[in-house]
Amino acid sequence: MAMSKPNLLHIGVLAILLALFFILPTYHVGVFSRVMVLAIYAMGFNLLFGYTGLLSLGHAMFFAAGMYGFGLGVNLFGLPVAPAFILGMVAAALLALVVGYLALRTAGVAFMIVTLMFAQTVYLVILYYGEYTRGDEGFIVQQAQRTLAGIDLTTETARYFTAFILFSICFLAIAKIVQMPFGKRLIAIRENEERARMLGYDTASLKLRALVLSGLFSGVAGVAYALLFGYVGASFSTVQYSIFPLLWVLLGGAGTTIGPLIGVIFMFYLIDVSSSYTNAYMLVAGVVLVLLTLFAPQGLIGTLRKRMFAWLP
Amino acid sequence: MAAVNILETRGLTKIYGGIEANVDIDFQLPKGKVTALIGPNGAGKSTFVGMLSGRTLPTRGTVSFEGQDISKLPAHKRMQLGMAYTFQITSIFPGLTVFANVELAAGLKLSHDKSAHAAKTRQVLAHIGLADRADQVAGDLSYGHQRVLEIAMGLAQDPKVFILDEPTQGLSETEVDAFVALIASLAGETTILLIEHNMRVVTETADHVVVLDQGRLLASGTPAEIHENAAVQAAYLGTTPNA
Repeated sequence: MAMSKPNLLHIGVLAILLALFFILPTYHVGVFSRVMVLAIYAMGFNLLFGYTGLLSLGHAMFFAAGMYGFGLGVNLFGLPVAPAFILGMVAAALLALVVGYLALRTAGVAFMIVTLMFAQTVYLVILYYGEYTRGDEGFIVQQAQRTLAGIDLTTETARYFTAFILFSICFLAIAKIVQMPFGKRLIAIRENEERARMLGYDTASLKLRALVLSGLFSGVAGVAYALLFGYVGASFSTVQYSIFPLLWVLLGGAGTTIGPLIGVIFMFYLIDVSSSYTNAYMLVAGVVLVLLTLFAPQGLIGTLRKRMFAWLP
Repeated sequence: MAAVNILETRGLTKIYGGIEANVDIDFQLPKGKVTALIGPNGAGKSTFVGMLSGRTLPTRGTVSFEGQDISKLPAHKRMQLGMAYTFQITSIFPGLTVFANVELAAGLKLSHDKSAHAAKTRQVLAHIGLADRADQVAGDLSYGHQRVLEIAMGLAQDPKVFILDEPTQGLSETEVDAFVALIASLAGETTILLIEHNMRVVTETADHVVVLDQGRLLASGTPAEIHENAAVQAAYLGTTPNA
């Protein structure tokens, strides 16, 4: 059976990521482990922002919910990796459900502010229960606690492949979701919510489901980060970590399946490379961001789609 | 009355902060017919269809659809029961292709069956004459084609009741002709409520005309009866006694 172009692209991207492990020097293998985990976060954000058209400024709370769900599960309750992983996912999805139920009564700027405030609350709650969460300082997930089925996940190889497998699952799942009738309805909401409603779609329920899924993927990224890099800290629930996915997605291309990954890679190497030349690397990053927003407002992949490849998913 | 009414309102009233947009409207929409709703600007037509479709909540009164009281149902539930609504100001998905627009409209009923879904979409596009533009981005279409696309979306829903809010507004004469032919082709199977300013369209398509004036039901009857009605002439057609 012939594969469609989007499917070929997705398989191709995964093949490249797999090949990179064997080609890249160790340092960059480490970078890509982190990039893939953060790309899961970006893809989760993109499902809500790029496809459904809802801009949340509080997504760090879902990342943190996954991270703390997993980290506290392991540290406080002594859970093994697999159940702690699920606990992290449940925590993120539940938080998204509650936040969504309340925040989705608003739209536009109000939605941005309400999500920002919820995320701030989550951050403060983490600090408040410092006795368990170790507050700002955070805590380490010990190497001994990071084994799954007898495999030590702290080695460079295991880390890369765990990140790769998790990324692949999320990537293909989201690629599938946005091709399904459900995904197309989310896009319809982004394009014209009132029209979607007057076609008989329950847009309120669709948006809530999109937010829960988005929070779930963000939570998976949080779990993966704690699992693979062994650190859980309140800094991951700050505003900065809510803004990152927005930047990545805008850079790579909102509402595209591969944009979030491209955005994370681009941003990471932009800072990495420029900081090897100058101390003012944030200035370089800033200028590049401004130029991209001016000349390629739809991001790298979004612009490619507009100019050349209309089929890009 | 022999005809069965698919949609009825009783005492439907909307008051906006002291302004009576609609007052005690008792209205019946006969099944399978084309009914035109006319009235001067500000007569309350849009408020009225807003309350039918669920976009506007009434101050009091009831709306019933196929005998079921739907007054409390949100808009999307009413659409699920078999209503379709086209907006006065064109409302499509501008960033999506023409095909995707119609596909979404047909999707509520057919998305579980891929081949039937695609077939329905193609059939509607062919019926309405947009088949060769299926892959164009809807936002790039001309104004006239966008209006036609919105009607196509209504058809793709296979509605029992199709409410068209000023569908011919801004269309050229030839496009209006095509619209009249389209409505004629639907007659009998679909119940149509047409909010229309263009009297030629009303005369050529409607079986039944209802006139609103200052938020109240002024008259109803066949196009010919309405044309002869002195009150309507005074209120709407602007015919003065010495004309």
